[in-house]
Amino acid sequence: MIGFLIKSAFRNAWRHRLRALLTVTGLVVAILAFGLLKTIVSAWYAGADAASNARLVTRSSISLVFTLPISYKDRIRQVDGVEAISWANWFGGVYIDERNFFPQFAVSNGYLDQYPEFVLSDADKKAWLVDRRGAVVGRKLAKRFGWQVGDVIPLKGTIFPGEWNFVLRAIYDGKENNTDENQFFFHWDYLNESIKKTAPRRGDRTGVFIVSIEDPDKAAEISRTIDAEFRNSLAETMTETEKAFQLGFVAMTEAIVVAIEIVSYVVILIIMAVMANTMAMAARERTSEYATLKALGFAPGFIASLIVLESLILCALGAAIGVAMTYPLARAFGGALDNVFPVFNVAAETPWLQLACAMVVALVAAVTPAIRSARVRIVDGLRSIG
Amino acid sequence: MTEPTSAPATAATPAVSLRKVSKTYYRGGQPVPVLADITFDVARGDFLALMGPSGSGKSTLLNLIAGIDRPTGGQILVDGVDIAQLSEAELAAWRAGHVGFIFQFYNLMPVLTAVENVELPLMLTQLSRKQRRQHAELALSMVGLSERMTHYPSELSGGQQQRVAIARALVTDPTLIVADEPTGDLDKASATDVLALLDQLNRELGKTIIMVTHDARAAETAHAMLHLDKGELFALESNGKTHALKPQPAAAE
Repeated sequence: MIGFLIKSAFRNAWRHRLRALLTVTGLVVAILAFGLLKTIVSAWYAGADAASNARLVTRSSISLVFTLPISYKDRIRQVDGVEAISWANWFGGVYIDERNFFPQFAVSNGYLDQYPEFVLSDADKKAWLVDRRGAVVGRKLAKRFGWQVGDVIPLKGTIFPGEWNFVLRAIYDGKENNTDENQFFFHWDYLNESIKKTAPRRGDRTGVFIVSIEDPDKAAEISRTIDAEFRNSLAETMTETEKAFQLGFVAMTEAIVVAIEIVSYVVILIIMAVMANTMAMAARERTSEYATLKALGFAPGFIASLIVLESLILCALGAAIGVAMTYPLARAFGGALDNVFPVFNVAAETPWLQLACAMVVALVAAVTPAIRSARVRIVDGLRSIG
Repeated sequence: MTEPTSAPATAATPAVSLRKVSKTYYRGGQPVPVLADITFDVARGDFLALMGPSGSGKSTLLNLIAGIDRPTGGQILVDGVDIAQLSEAELAAWRAGHVGFIFQFYNLMPVLTAVENVELPLMLTQLSRKQRRQHAELALSMVGLSERMTHYPSELSGGQQQRVAIARALVTDPTLIVADEPTGDLDKASATDVLALLDQLNRELGKTIIMVTHDARAAETAHAMLHLDKGELFALESNGKTHALKPQPAAAE
C-alpha cells in the first residue's frame, strides 16, 4: 500500500509538467535565496564566530577612538592568569582609491603569535620581523590586488596622515575556512616612531591590547581585574572577550541583520503561499478522483496522505536543488564581495534549515487541501466531474 | 426482481432489500425531498435498470444502495447487512468488499495504467502484489483488454475505458455491481459492447447488477426496469409486463 501511495503521489506530482516545473523552480529560488540570506547573516557574525575564548581585548572605556598608554602593557601582563599580551592600532589607510577598502592594523611583534589561525612559515615571519617597513597580508587580500612578496604597497594615511610605503614580506593563510584572510598587518613600532616625529603627543599609545589568558573560564574574572587596575585613572579601560568585542561591532548594524533575517523568512512565506495555491488547485481538480477512491473503500487518511506526499515530493525536490546550488552560488557571491564579507561560508546548519523550511512549506501547503479532500462527500465529489 | 409488496416468498435472501427508504436534502435550510417511501427487493443474480427523467432520484437511489450516501429514513439491506447502521469506516470497508462501481465517465485514475486501475480495489485486500496483479490481469482479459494492460486511460477509447472500469468493478468479486449511466458517454457501438459485457457478467457469472439509465435501449438489457418519478417508484416492468406501483399522474386524474 505504501509503495502504491508513493508511486501515485509521484505520478500526480508530475501530471501537469509545466505547473510542477514552475512550482519546483519557485521553490529552488526561494530555498536558494533563503540559504544565501542566511549566509550573509553568518558572514556578519564571522568575526565573532572566529574569535577565541582565550583572548581578551582591552580598550578605552570611553570609546574605541580613544587610545590607551602603551605603558599599560606591563601592568596588564602582571595580572594573574594573563599569558601573553600584544597591541594593535587601527590604521585606516587608503590604497590607491577609497573603494579598495581593507582592514589595516599596526601590531606589536607578539601579535601574530597570539593568532595561530594566521598561518605563515617561520622564515616568512622572520622576514617580516626584520624589516621595519615590512607587512603581512592575508592570502585573499594578496590575490585581490595581485600582490607578491617584495612588492611595495603604498597607503595614504587618514588617521595618521602621510604617504606610507610598506614592503610585503609575508602572506598568511587561514587555518580554518572562517579565518579572515583580508587583513593587512605592519609594525606598530614603525607607526609609533613615525608619529612621534610629527605628533609626539600621539606617540606611545595604542587602540587595543590583545590579552591571551591561560584559562578561558576565568575570562570574566581577569577582565574585571584588568579594569580595576586602571579605575580612576585618566584612561580607564574596558576589557571583554574577543567575541564580545566583535559582537559589539555587529550590534552597531543589528538592524540590518534583523532585516535580512526577516526577509529570508518572508521569502519562505511567499513560496508557502505559492505552494499552497498549487496544492489547492491540484486537489480541486482531482476531487472526483478522490471521491472515486473513497467510493472504492479507501480511507480519508489515504486521500490526505496522497496530497501531503505529493506536496513533500515537490518541496523535497525544490529543496534538494536549492541546497545543492547554494554552495557554488555562495562561493561566487563571496568571491565578488570579499572586500565586504571577508568570510562568506555556508554555515553547517544552513542546509538543514533550508530542508526544514521546505518541509514546513510542504506540510502547510498540503494541510488544507488534504483535510478538504479527505472530508469530501463521495456524492459531491463524483458530481464534480460535471 | 420481486414486487415491493410481495411477501418474502423466495427462499434465498435478496441481494438488496429496501424498506421505506427516504432521502431529503436541505438547501438553504429548506427540506427538499428526493426519495420517499421506496420499498423493493432485488434478488441475487438479477439485473435491474432504474429509469426515470432527470431529477427523478434514480442516481440518489443508486448511491444509497451502493453505500456512498445515507438515507434519511428506512432500511437498506445488502446481502443481509443494514448498511445505514454502519459507521463511515465500516461502510468504506463494506463497499470495498461488496460493491463494484461503474460510472458514466469511467472515473479511472489517469496516472495509473489499465492494469493498475483494475488492481486498485485489491489494494484494500490481504492479497500479495503478485496475486493482485494476477487477479487484475484476469479481470482485464475477461473484458477483452489483455492487449491494453499497460496503457494509460488517455491512451484508450471511451469504450475501452469503460471496460477497464467494468474490470475494476468485478475484480473483487463483489455482491453487487452498481452502474450509473454506464453508456451515457459512449457512442452507439461502444455502448452496445458495454451492455453486452454487463449482460455477460450477469448471465455467466451471476452478478447482481443495478444500472441507472434513461436510455430505453440500455434498459432493455436488464431483466427488469423500475421507473421513478419525483422520488417515487411508480412502475415495474418485468418479463415484458408493466405493473403499476402507484397511480400515474395522468391515470389519477
